[in-house]
Amino acid sequence: MKHFRIKKLEEKIFKGLMMAATLVIVVSLLMIIFAVVKRGLPAMSWDMVSKIPGGGFYIGKEGGLLNAIIGSLYIVIGSITLGLSFSLPIVLYINLYLPENSRLAQFTRLSFDVLFGIPSIVYGAFGFTLMVYLGLRSSLLAGILTVTSLIIPILIRSIDEVVRRVPKEMKDAALSLGATRSEIIRVILRQVAPGIITAVLLSVGRGIGDAASVLFTAGYTDSIPTSLSQPVATLPLAIFFQLSSPIAEVQDRAYAAALILTGIVLFLSLGGRYFSRKFSKNKI
Amino acid sequence: MDKARYNKFRQTREFFIRNSMLFLTLVSLSFAVIIGISLYLKSVPILDQQSLWALLTGESWRPLKGEFGFYPFIMGTLWVTGLAIFLSLPLCLLAAIYLSEYAHPYIKKIVFPMVDVLAGIPPVVYGVWGILVVVPFISETLAPHFVEFSTGYSVLAGGIVLAIMIIPLMISVFIEIFDALPGGLREASLSLGATNWQTIKKVVLRKSFPGLAAAVVLALSRAFGETIAVLMVCGNVSEVPKNLFDPAYPLPALIANNYGEMMSIPMYDAALMLSALLLFVIILAFNAISRLVLIRIEKNFAL
Repeated sequence: MKHFRIKKLEEKIFKGLMMAATLVIVVSLLMIIFAVVKRGLPAMSWDMVSKIPGGGFYIGKEGGLLNAIIGSLYIVIGSITLGLSFSLPIVLYINLYLPENSRLAQFTRLSFDVLFGIPSIVYGAFGFTLMVYLGLRSSLLAGILTVTSLIIPILIRSIDEVVRRVPKEMKDAALSLGATRSEIIRVILRQVAPGIITAVLLSVGRGIGDAASVLFTAGYTDSIPTSLSQPVATLPLAIFFQLSSPIAEVQDRAYAAALILTGIVLFLSLGGRYFSRKFSKNKI
Repeated sequence: MDKARYNKFRQTREFFIRNSMLFLTLVSLSFAVIIGISLYLKSVPILDQQSLWALLTGESWRPLKGEFGFYPFIMGTLWVTGLAIFLSLPLCLLAAIYLSEYAHPYIKKIVFPMVDVLAGIPPVVYGVWGILVVVPFISETLAPHFVEFSTGYSVLAGGIVLAIMIIPLMISVFIEIFDALPGGLREASLSLGATNWQTIKKVVLRKSFPGLAAAVVLALSRAFGETIAVLMVCGNVSEVPKNLFDPAYPLPALIANNYGEMMSIPMYDAALMLSALLLFVIILAFNAISRLVLIRIEKNFAL
């Protein structure tokens, strides 16, 4: 009888601990968002998102963060386009052409799983060595290339996940109607389109928020770049640099930038969820 | 005869597409090798001058005098990462067990998206949170109980921020591992009269131990390479920390903080590229091992 009671008690204690741990995690997320919003909201203004830094911006005078917002968008759009044009063929190749348990396919998956874990500072350093070899200066182009290599593993892993789940019958049906393998690609792409969108949103989130990779490669500037060879400002670096200023008004802008960045990322993350749910209903 | 020509065209197109995709796949596989080689080539100058061992154990970091000792930075990294895992592991393990074994689907529906959001928050925002909340809390509330003075920018601040940053990765891999366990194992234990917790303790945890270890290594290497957030809250003093309230200077922060000056001082760039190479090699090895373990687990259980 006593043994039984101890059993029950242990069960209760650990269940309580588990619920507490889950609660701690949820609360810390809310705390982070709350802290960023609370500090960032008073610093927000229309100027922040509509103006580039004016004269004396860094001693607290007028101007906004438009340079960093546009710069981040440029980098992300460029690297998503480039990233997709590398990762789609690779994913389709290992899923369409290679047999199910092919060594090459397994090795490719493993190597992108591993590359996914490589920290962005290493990609940044690598991008920097490339720049030095090629004689490039820190520029939009170098930033795009570095962020591309950072997000390719994410794109490949998450697109592969959905392409793998396409029913085999679908491929067989198309093949038996006389389509070549490359002609099936259209069928597959149509089936996995929502998955690709989710993967893209995921990578946009990662690419737009990463500071360590663009620190070496993209540089920083107060204007909006007009060519690929000019340096470009990014939101994470705007936060990082302005936070280290001793002037309160400048720090405020870092908090405003943090709020903008968090807003973008939250929007993307919720959007990704919405897409994958809305379209998964219509799939087989 | 038009049709025959069209089919010929389709075959040529097929050939072309197939081989260019194969080419792209093979090129992409050499990417890791290219990163490794180019970082190595950049760090050769300093390796020619001093042995790797001397660099790793050297305690003094004076780039202007040509002294590049990585020991303080390696210790800083170990302190911060170790603390992060120590704080985060029990939390994630308990939460993951709860979510996969106990929680009502309704609760999962709330918690999973939140973990996703946590995973999506950029490192620099974690850093901002660290500066806004964690650092003042340490310097004003916590530190006075233990040490005379601390700015708050410390091992502890870095550890706390990193601990939260690795939660999403750890939880999601943990849950994947628990879900991969065959349900029959649990049912067998429960049918013998074990409570839920006994089943978890004696069956679920024991069976999934290799996977859990792999997940921890994965999280460890994530924490190991995290840059901007630790750079913002760790204090960056190149000395070996003696307690949790001392500042630390982890390796990734060293790279990020000095990229501006590194071209103007001889050997500085080689030293920084060497630290990037170190990070790369260690994390590559950690990741490869734990991914292989996880793949094997998935295969063994998916019968």
